[in-house]
Order: sequence, then structure tokens, then C-alpha cells
Amino acid sequence: MCLAIPARIVERLADDMAKVDLDGVQKEVSLALTPDAGVGDYVILHVGYALSVIDPAEAAKTLALFHEIGELGEAAR
Amino acid sequence: MKYVDEYRDGAAAKRVAEAISREAASGRTYHFMEFCGGHTHAISRYGILDLLPGNVEMIHGPGCPVCVLPVGQIDSAIRLARNPDVTLCTYADLMRVPASGRSSLMKAKAAGADIRMVYSTLDAIRIAEAEPERQVVFFAIGFETTTPPTALAIKAAAAKGLRNLSVFCNHVLTPAAIAAILADEGAGGVKLEGFVGPAHVSTVIGTKPYEPFAEPFAETYAKPVVISGFEPLDVMQSILMLVRQVNEGRAEVENQYIRAVTRVGNEIAQAQVADVFERRDTFEWRGLGEIPASALKIRDAYAVFDAERRFAMDYVPAPDNPACDCGDILRGVKKPVDCKLFGSACTPESPMGSCMVSSEGACAAHWTYGRFRDGQRKSA
Repeated sequence: MCLAIPARIVERLADDMAKVDLDGVQKEVSLALTPDAGVGDYVILHVGYALSVIDPAEAAKTLALFHEIGELGEAAR
Repeated sequence: MKYVDEYRDGAAAKRVAEAISREAASGRTYHFMEFCGGHTHAISRYGILDLLPGNVEMIHGPGCPVCVLPVGQIDSAIRLARNPDVTLCTYADLMRVPASGRSSLMKAKAAGADIRMVYSTLDAIRIAEAEPERQVVFFAIGFETTTPPTALAIKAAAAKGLRNLSVFCNHVLTPAAIAAILADEGAGGVKLEGFVGPAHVSTVIGTKPYEPFAEPFAETYAKPVVISGFEPLDVMQSILMLVRQVNEGRAEVENQYIRAVTRVGNEIAQAQVADVFERRDTFEWRGLGEIPASALKIRDAYAVFDAERRFAMDYVPAPDNPACDCGDILRGVKKPVDCKLFGSACTPESPMGSCMVSSEGACAAHWTYGRFRDGQRKSA
């Protein structure tokens, strides 16, 4: 029920709507809850509404941490 | 798919799993509840249990809105849908939830009721606009993730003067359910060392509402909470973060899902919800019973869009199937396989209990991904 997916904004439309791309599938969704989101941003999409904008820097930090965990493991051996 | 594939990397998962095994080798056991059905689904689908050492146990929580909706509310929706003037719009998950007398919305639809599955409240608005002679009722369920879209639909209906749209509001609140689980623990329920906290609920409410659970003012309340994304690597990393908190004697709210969640959450969404909804005095949850201030109702200012008032709906509580263990499973005190109906009388094709319906229900997740794994997994 709370499942939501990252979608890329490709075009802003009237009335806080936008066209998003979901791995090749395009869909019209509402940006009423994330009015500052712009073309190229990835949003968390849930039942037709963007709930938040993904922060690319924070996303990169999480990925870096996965690798760091591995390196620490190697060092401990 | 960007922001999905890189969080499903098997090699990275193995490394995180090694770190969990190494750091959990402390001689103690760790019982963590994943509150959300989304996490339950990810844990089952990606075989995360196989990657965890035997002394780290994951317990499914009540964070599946379809699962916690009591039978009486489904009965109410079916009664409403039988009104020949009404078109009931619902998210698809609700269609097969068992109601009283072996009924369901699916069966009511087959018997002629006008029940339509929608993806979004935007669809309900479109139907109401296209069919002004119909009384369109949106059957709203869900936690804080799903509430803002309902609030916006009510405000859109008000702005458009759309008088044939109303909402049957069954929105519920996550912190109230966590508090109920902790109260249950104090009363002899499942013992927990921490929570894997909600991903998308937290995009809306932020991490701040969980802070009271990490505070040491009452013994049962000082729990580590790690807000976690729904991808398998997110869940693995969150489990590692919980193990570390327990090992270090910490109880804090930590945020693993930093790419989408902040401490304050989405304040625009919160304002929309606060404008349209207020707390109910109490609400019945399947498994958890009546929980005070745990659900929302529509404010008087939007009373004309409240289906409960428009159709003078009365709530009639109804018992669960007595053989079904959904209630205990939702409180974490039983596992799906402990229920004698699991996999025999109750399957996703013909569910007896709500936990077998939604893909994120504990029973459905275990049926789909985990049932052949039982007996293979070594216990602690």
C-alpha cells in the first residue's frame, strides 16, 4: 500500500501536474505536494502523487556507505 | 531503473550481511520489528532472512493498511456499495479482503454493485466529473503516505463544486500503532530490541514523530528506530544500524533513507492533511483492538464530502474468522506458519484473513516467497 517508486520528471504541465518517466513508461502525475520539483528531478511517486524529491547527494552517500562496509570487512580479516 | 537497481546489488548485500554476522556475534539475540508491509515484502522477496545470522530475528509489524482494517469497515463499504446510486472507488488491494458472511468487495461487485478499482484519487475525481448522476464514494485507506492524496482530492472536489464525490475515511496513524505495539510488549506481548521504521510514511511525517519511542522515560519505550528505504540493501543496512545501536546501548532515531526522508518531512503534505482531517477519539484495528487517537476523520468544514455523514453510515463491529490468526500475526506474537489455516484453507487465491490478501501482508509474503524455506533455515 505504501509502495512508491522513483520516477523522473520529463515535463511540467498545468495545474501542478507533470509527465514522468518510469523506466520508459510515461505517466501524468500530480506535483501538488512537491511544487518545487523540476524537470530532471526524481520523485517518490505514490498513487499518482509525488511525495518527495530524491536528493542525489544523499543517495550517493548511502551507496558509498555500502562499499565502505565492505572495505571495513576486508580490513577486519 | 535509477535509484532502484543500485540498491539491489547482490554483491553489496553479501558484504553488508557479513558485517551484520560479524557485529551480531555478541552472544545475544536481536528481535527487530519491521513495521511496514513494504519491508515485510522486501525481506521475503529478496531472501534477506537467509542472509541474517540465526540470532537476528525479524518480526512482522502491523504496517499493512489492508491487513489492519477491521471486518466491520469492509462490511460498511459493501453496504454502501449496494446502494444503487453509489459508485464505490477503491484501491485494488481491498477487493479481496474477507468481510462478514464470506463476502468481499469482489463478490459484491460480481453480484452487481458498482465498485471500481482506481489507481489514484485523481481517477475518482475524473469519474465523479464524468458521471454527475452517480454518487461517487472513494474508500480511503492507508497510513500517512496515502492520506495527503485523499486530502487533495477533497480540496479539489470543494474547489470544483463537485458535490457527487465523497470519501469514506479510514486513514490511520503510524506512531499510534507503534505505541500500541509497545504497550502490548509491556503487557506480555512480543519482545523487541528495535524497529525498522517506515520509508514512505516518513517522507511525509519525517523522522521526528518517532523520537518519543527512543526516549528513556519508560522502560519499554527506549527503542532504537532506523527509518529504512524499501530496497533490499536499504533494509540490510538498517538492520546493521540497529545491531550497532543495541551493541552500543544506544536508543536513537536514525535515518537510513536519507535520499528521500528528512527530520521534518513534507510540510506541504502535512498542512494539507491538517486542513482536511482531524483525529478520531478512537478507531478499531484488526489485531490491535481499539486504539485512542489512531485514525483520522474529515473536519466539519468539509462535512459535505464525508460519506459517513452523507449516507448516515453506522459502524457495526464484526468478528474475525475465529480460526484466523491475523490478529496475533499483526501484533508479532505469531508467525504465518503458526496459523492452522495458512496454506490450507487460506491462500492468496482464496484468503480467509486479511494478512493473506495484500502482497505486503505477512502471510501473503511468506506464502509467495518463504514457504519452501521453512525447515531449511538453521535456527539460533
